[in-house]
Amino acid sequence: MNAVLILIALVTVGTAIAAMAGRNLLHSVLLLALAWTGVAAFYLWAGAEFAAFAQVLVYVGAISMVVLFAVLLTRRSRDEAAPGPAGQSRALSAVMAAAAVAGVLVGAILRSPLAASPGPAPAVTVRQLGAELMGPYAAALLAVGVLLTVALIGAVVLAAGDRTGQPEDNP
Amino acid sequence: MLGSGLLQGLAVTAKNFVGSFHDPKRFVTTQYPEEKTRLPEAYRNFPFLVSENAEDPMGTLRCVACQICEKECPPQCIYIEKSKDKKPDASGKQQIYPAVFDIDTAVCMSCQICVEVCPFDAIKMDQVFELAATDRFTGLMLDRHALAKPNSYFHQLHPTEAAEVDDRLATERKAAEEKARAAAAAKAAAAAKPPAVPPPPPAVVPLPPPVPPAA
Amino acid sequence: MSAAATTSESFLERAPLLLRDAVTGFLPEPARWLANSLLSIVAVLAVFGLLFAFLTLAERKILGRVQNRPGPNRTGWFGLLQPFADGIKMLTKEDIVPRAADQLLHFLAPVTLLALSILTFAVIPYGRHLVPVELDSAVLYFFAAGAATELAIFMAGWASHNKYALLAAMRALAQLISYELPLLLSFVPVVLATGTLSTTGIVAAQGGWKWHLIPHWIVFTPWGAAGFAIFMVSALAESNRSPFDLPEAESELIAGHLTEYSGFKYALFFMAEYFGMCALSGMAVTLFLGGWQAPLPVLEFIPSYVWFAGKLLTLLLGFIWIRATLPRLRIDQLTRLAWKFLVPLALVNLGTAAFWSLTSAWSGPLQLLRWAVALVLVAGPFLLLGRGLTAGLGPRTYRYA
Repeated sequence: MNAVLILIALVTVGTAIAAMAGRNLLHSVLLLALAWTGVAAFYLWAGAEFAAFAQVLVYVGAISMVVLFAVLLTRRSRDEAAPGPAGQSRALSAVMAAAAVAGVLVGAILRSPLAASPGPAPAVTVRQLGAELMGPYAAALLAVGVLLTVALIGAVVLAAGDRTGQPEDNP
Repeated sequence: MLGSGLLQGLAVTAKNFVGSFHDPKRFVTTQYPEEKTRLPEAYRNFPFLVSENAEDPMGTLRCVACQICEKECPPQCIYIEKSKDKKPDASGKQQIYPAVFDIDTAVCMSCQICVEVCPFDAIKMDQVFELAATDRFTGLMLDRHALAKPNSYFHQLHPTEAAEVDDRLATERKAAEEKARAAAAAKAAAAAKPPAVPPPPPAVVPLPPPVPPAA
Repeated sequence: MSAAATTSESFLERAPLLLRDAVTGFLPEPARWLANSLLSIVAVLAVFGLLFAFLTLAERKILGRVQNRPGPNRTGWFGLLQPFADGIKMLTKEDIVPRAADQLLHFLAPVTLLALSILTFAVIPYGRHLVPVELDSAVLYFFAAGAATELAIFMAGWASHNKYALLAAMRALAQLISYELPLLLSFVPVVLATGTLSTTGIVAAQGGWKWHLIPHWIVFTPWGAAGFAIFMVSALAESNRSPFDLPEAESELIAGHLTEYSGFKYALFFMAEYFGMCALSGMAVTLFLGGWQAPLPVLEFIPSYVWFAGKLLTLLLGFIWIRATLPRLRIDQLTRLAWKFLVPLALVNLGTAAFWSLTSAWSGPLQLLRWAVALVLVAGPFLLLGRGLTAGLGPRTYRYA
């Protein structure tokens, strides 16, 4: 069982690192999708079927498309993928953001009570999952929904912005 | 209502689907290599040479190797060599005949100009379209043996035009025969009494000086 | 439901299981499990591979008949060997890869697409005992595997290094993403009503008959019929079938994202398209048409997999019939149909289904009220949205001509 876990971890982390290190942005996106698939495989290994398939449906199916569209629509040419001269301050802000995310994650992991001996994982059916989401976690679900709606409206506003005076061929 | 057009369309296709099984009128395709459609009379693709007699095609070609078609052919796909000797044609007259008559169907553009210019109705348009050959240099080059088709074949392909051509040729031939007969008679008459009768009296009417010779 | 479960099993019903046990019975326990899995994979691939082959033939024959011509009839009896001749032709064709193409992705795209579309076959219950993999959230698995095919289409378009292929791939993605939404929304009411995401559970919930006459299939409820229609329209679009086949419109786009593909890779794309069509039809049968359930109690002696195959083939013939009928849509008409018509309709349908399951206890005259309300909830939005969709359309009037 552990060998499978190690394999999944290797694939996930390896593709993620390759996605960051690669020069070809499109390859990076596809590797990222592969990394997400690895995460889904991990969920599957952990017995969380619903989360695994939802991960594939949402991340590999939808989010990767959004990333692809973003990459294709914003990048002007093949060679402009490298960051510009403002690299140092950019690197600093990247490290700070990464440290903040890592701090939140580590804090959450350390504070969550982990069983000393991991017994067999409880079989959570989809029905229970739905009841949980609609019951105790309804507020969180609503908050996420509002956030996504705001993001969607923001995207529409940005896309439908005033375009007069900006010829389309001259971005 | 939305969707009614969709249902109508589905009904139409279903009708055609079912109809193709029991209604032969609907089912218009022919199974080509086994069945062949009758080509329309006006269809034409490559020229052929008309011969009067199916038994002796080379001996009865209407072509007299005048080479008008060779000169008029826009893509120049016709090649003719005149014969050195003369042979009697269908009407028994001594004529030059084509020793070589080649048409390169790879070059021919089916314009029918050779047919239009031929004064002897010797070249006509064929309807054969299965000309595929395995060798493009020799297989598509038709010589006079391959080109010669009897007049009856021409009648099959283009009955109206062939009937017209036959009428015309018959009247021409008749006229020629009559003229020849008249000329022969005149000659015979002239030969019978050459010294006794002088030429017609010239003083009656002032004739125009050059009288065209009777052809 | 219980009636279906307790019927005495005929020999034919158990025949596939007996056959499987006869093949793998001599193996020890862990190896037998593996052999059984492999055997079901082989069976699925063989059955659907043959179905693909003869579906192409049936499609060409039917299209031919609709257009009043015989269709392929030269190879074998009535052209029965035509698919194999086509296969040999495709295999012996030259495989051209553009020099500037991304070689790896160009190769991986058809493989990924085919692999993902084969994955979807795993969770469809083909018969009472014929489910390759039983999953608790099988429906979600099915649509997750289907959604990932979009990535393969993008890979094909981008790896070709051809601006037309790339643009066509983007158009294909726009279409697939647009229709993913109504596709997913249309089956949510089914999950709501049956309370499970497992395909076997959904089929089992549709067992039994009302008055021994009307089966409890979901398509026989007002919201089920509407959901089935939405599902089928979205399935047409998701599998790139006519009239939604503009990602690869041969006459206009020289096959879109497949422009740079030739030979067997091209055939793989086609295979994936037909597999996707079969899988979506199979899912529609499972979700709405009662899966392998027989339509009448007296017909139960016919084995369940025969019923499934019959329903599947009916839907596939429907796909072909629609292809023979409808011309291709324009891209703006296509996205308008998805966003302005199908998505709102599917959302309203969710509400209708909720009403239906909340009022399941109503009886007597209230039952009539329940039907009336549900029918109004289904037909009203359809008419209103349909009017909005067709507004301003109609025969064009030429003012200056």
